Amino acid sequence: MKIFAGGPKNGLMIPILWGVPQLVLAADADMRPGVTEMSQRIQQIHHMSLWVCIVVGIIVFGAMFYTMFAHRQSKHPTPATFSDSLLVEFIWTLIPVLILIVMAVPATKALIEIEDATDSDMTVLITASQWKWHYEYVGSGINYYSNISTPQEQIDNEEEKDEFYLLDVDNRLVLPTNKKIRFLLASDDVIHSWWIPDFAVKQDAIPGFINEAWTRIPEPGVYRGQCTELCGQGHAFMPIVVEVRPEAEFDAWIEEQVLAGALAGEAAVAARAKTWTMEELMPMGEEVFIKHCMTCHERDGMGQGIKYPALNGSAIATGQIVDHLDRVMNGLADTEMQAWAPQLSDLELAAVITYERNAWDNATGDIVQPITVYEAR
Amino acid sequence: MVAHADTVQKPRHPLVAFVLRWVLTTNHKEIGSLYLWLSFLLFFIGGLMAMFIRLELFQPGIQFVEPEQYNQFLTLHGLIMVFGAVMPAFVGLANWLIPMMIGAPDMALPRMNNFSFWILPFAFFMLISSLFMEGGAPNFGWTFYAPLSTTFGPPSTDFFILGVHLMGISSIMGAINIIVTIVNLRAPGMTYMKMPLFVWTWFITAFLLIMVMPVLAGVVTMMLTDRHFGTSFFQAAGGGDPVMFQHIFWFFGHPEVYIMILPGFGIASQIIPTFARKKLFGYHSMVIATASIAFLSFIVWGHHMFTTGMPVFGELFFMYATMLIAVPTGVKVFNWVATMWRGSMTFETPMLFAIGFVMMFTIGGFSGLMLALVPPDFQYHDTYFVVAHFHYVLYPGAIFGTMAAVYYWLPKWCGHMYDERLGKFHFWSATIAVNLTFFPMHFSGLAGMPRRIPDYALQFADFNMVSSVGAGLLGLTQVLFLFIVIKTIRGGVKATDQVWEGAEGLEWTIPSPAPLHTFDEPPVIPEGQGH
Repeated sequence: MKIFAGGPKNGLMIPILWGVPQLVLAADADMRPGVTEMSQRIQQIHHMSLWVCIVVGIIVFGAMFYTMFAHRQSKHPTPATFSDSLLVEFIWTLIPVLILIVMAVPATKALIEIEDATDSDMTVLITASQWKWHYEYVGSGINYYSNISTPQEQIDNEEEKDEFYLLDVDNRLVLPTNKKIRFLLASDDVIHSWWIPDFAVKQDAIPGFINEAWTRIPEPGVYRGQCTELCGQGHAFMPIVVEVRPEAEFDAWIEEQVLAGALAGEAAVAARAKTWTMEELMPMGEEVFIKHCMTCHERDGMGQGIKYPALNGSAIATGQIVDHLDRVMNGLADTEMQAWAPQLSDLELAAVITYERNAWDNATGDIVQPITVYEAR
Repeated sequence: MVAHADTVQKPRHPLVAFVLRWVLTTNHKEIGSLYLWLSFLLFFIGGLMAMFIRLELFQPGIQFVEPEQYNQFLTLHGLIMVFGAVMPAFVGLANWLIPMMIGAPDMALPRMNNFSFWILPFAFFMLISSLFMEGGAPNFGWTFYAPLSTTFGPPSTDFFILGVHLMGISSIMGAINIIVTIVNLRAPGMTYMKMPLFVWTWFITAFLLIMVMPVLAGVVTMMLTDRHFGTSFFQAAGGGDPVMFQHIFWFFGHPEVYIMILPGFGIASQIIPTFARKKLFGYHSMVIATASIAFLSFIVWGHHMFTTGMPVFGELFFMYATMLIAVPTGVKVFNWVATMWRGSMTFETPMLFAIGFVMMFTIGGFSGLMLALVPPDFQYHDTYFVVAHFHYVLYPGAIFGTMAAVYYWLPKWCGHMYDERLGKFHFWSATIAVNLTFFPMHFSGLAGMPRRIPDYALQFADFNMVSSVGAGLLGLTQVLFLFIVIKTIRGGVKATDQVWEGAEGLEWTIPSPAPLHTFDEPPVIPEGQGH
């Protein structure tokens, strides 16, 4: 365009005039439309209210700028003396009321639909805990934990961050397309909140309550979200990833899971039958420690003050194995030390306890076998 | 009086005399100054924590502040700014101005006034000292939702509870004092509908304080008994209800939000007419609108809780009630514009801050209206969109309002004019920085960034970097403010008694600087002279 050609002055104007809007557009600065019928309706309501605000803003701020320009002392030395007008005040009380009514109508309609989770095709029970999600396909017996899978090295800036930094998990929630899916939300400890922006579903998971939400997803794909209620130091690190598959593929996945569950049972039996060595358990235990224990107890086992005690040299990690098993498997009531027995396999528990008893300066030499864990259950 | 030589006191050491003077003072002007200085100090401490927060959020990844430490800074930043910076600043202004505006010699209850101030330094010392305790400071956000704050709270939570109790006692006493002063000590002829709007807004604010601070005290006491005495108010395992915590907290918390803005409305209503050289438009509707906002503030608390699984009719009620607040708030904004309309305006620093207040508070009001709509709120809730919203209401709202007030009345308080060029520079730099900091937060929130996280996904990086740069600038501009205030107190052009050519009100009839005791004899208010 000609007007921007040449001149050092214009060289400065181009980035300001074009750069700022480009930045806003390029960075997804608007509420995303999402993929469900409801998320798209919600975006429309958002746009409607935004436009109402912009138009009112232009009128009010326009009037302010006009009066600041036209009625400044140098241009308008004698002030007017009016200070009341019942009619004007009545009009500008009435008009906002009318605008608000117009805004409330679509919001009310959408809300009544959002809150109606009846006639669903399937139910997923989502249970939150510090700092992971547990998904249970109600009625099928399939259930599993979903943990963040972003490596700690990326968080600590020791490795380059990948595309889905902080938004990736080990086990995704898999859902079918075109089904009315009901979510039930519960929590094991503090309040969390489950949010997938593309579905416009955000619902708190509250201990002692079961909350409800629903969605119907027309398109297969991978959708990401995060916990949105402050839930402790891992709040930023409990992402949600949902993988939506066409119905047939979803059914196949369910069968696969049932089969995998049976295989895991067999593997557990095999693990119990075997006597494991220190060399086998230590690397496995370290892996479990990094994934589940390190957030609080730190990589070097030194913990963080009294709230997250050190394991290095601790009375439990270097004392009786029974006590150590009890603390790891059953947790400590009313603290962030949760019960790991339901979350980890016998082998994983045996490995991590062995690791804690022999890592850092702890040199107990104890080896905990999966069978011991099994018997302690 | 018979004075014996041996009973005549020796003159005190000057330092002891200085300390005792400020510790024992019952003078409303001196207590007002104490409040304002404490608020200024806490504003910088809370601001320092914001700097740590923005430093960590400058780039993705954990660089400077560990997540646990981050949550502690986040919590103290909120608590200190709400209870330490904004509220004491407004109480300080009330102390200085209300007696001078209604022609009273002092506050009605001067000893209680002293007490309610001197509780505060100890309350905040206790709160801030928790940073250095074993287990760290409170780390559950200023909203301290149970059970994160009860069952899972650090040991220092008990100091937090005691600190909040002390702040509450101080606020209740301050509020009682203000109401008693306004009801009893108005000069003859100063009828209610002649009171300046700053007095009116504080009168209504004081009632809000008296009604909700005991609720806050109740909720922290319930926390305390849950933590130590075996009750289960908020513990689901014992039959308690974590959502009830939120209901009680927000029944306090929403009126609290208006406590932090109504005096600002009063300040804008004093300043804009002065510099427009025209009477405030719609005085009566301003009073009615303030009272309506105060009333509505009690029936909208549920809009903070739309995602907690509230029944649909509850959501509808709170949505409609919240939207209604836009009506009286709109009346106020329109009245300010109408006050400016066909006036004869000049733009000294107080006027700039007052206009900045009106405009940017309105932006916060717009996002508030958007947040009221439940379906989009499911997308906005607990994201940076909310952070943008309440910082627009509080920073260019409450804090710019306070700054406008300081520039406006400082010449009356200390007898010197501030440096107009520096004041204007402060306004423009703070306005640019405040928008640079908080406007991008609308975008990062809409894009999906949750609030209260120390680390974020890569798509939010650009906006966060802009916000952090803005926050650094904003911090610097307030150091400039401190410099301007100190420079003005130490010297400058002598202020006249009238100070501002267009100003009306009793405080401009007394000398500058205001002597320690004013209106020992009540002033005569001529018939027909108004607000």
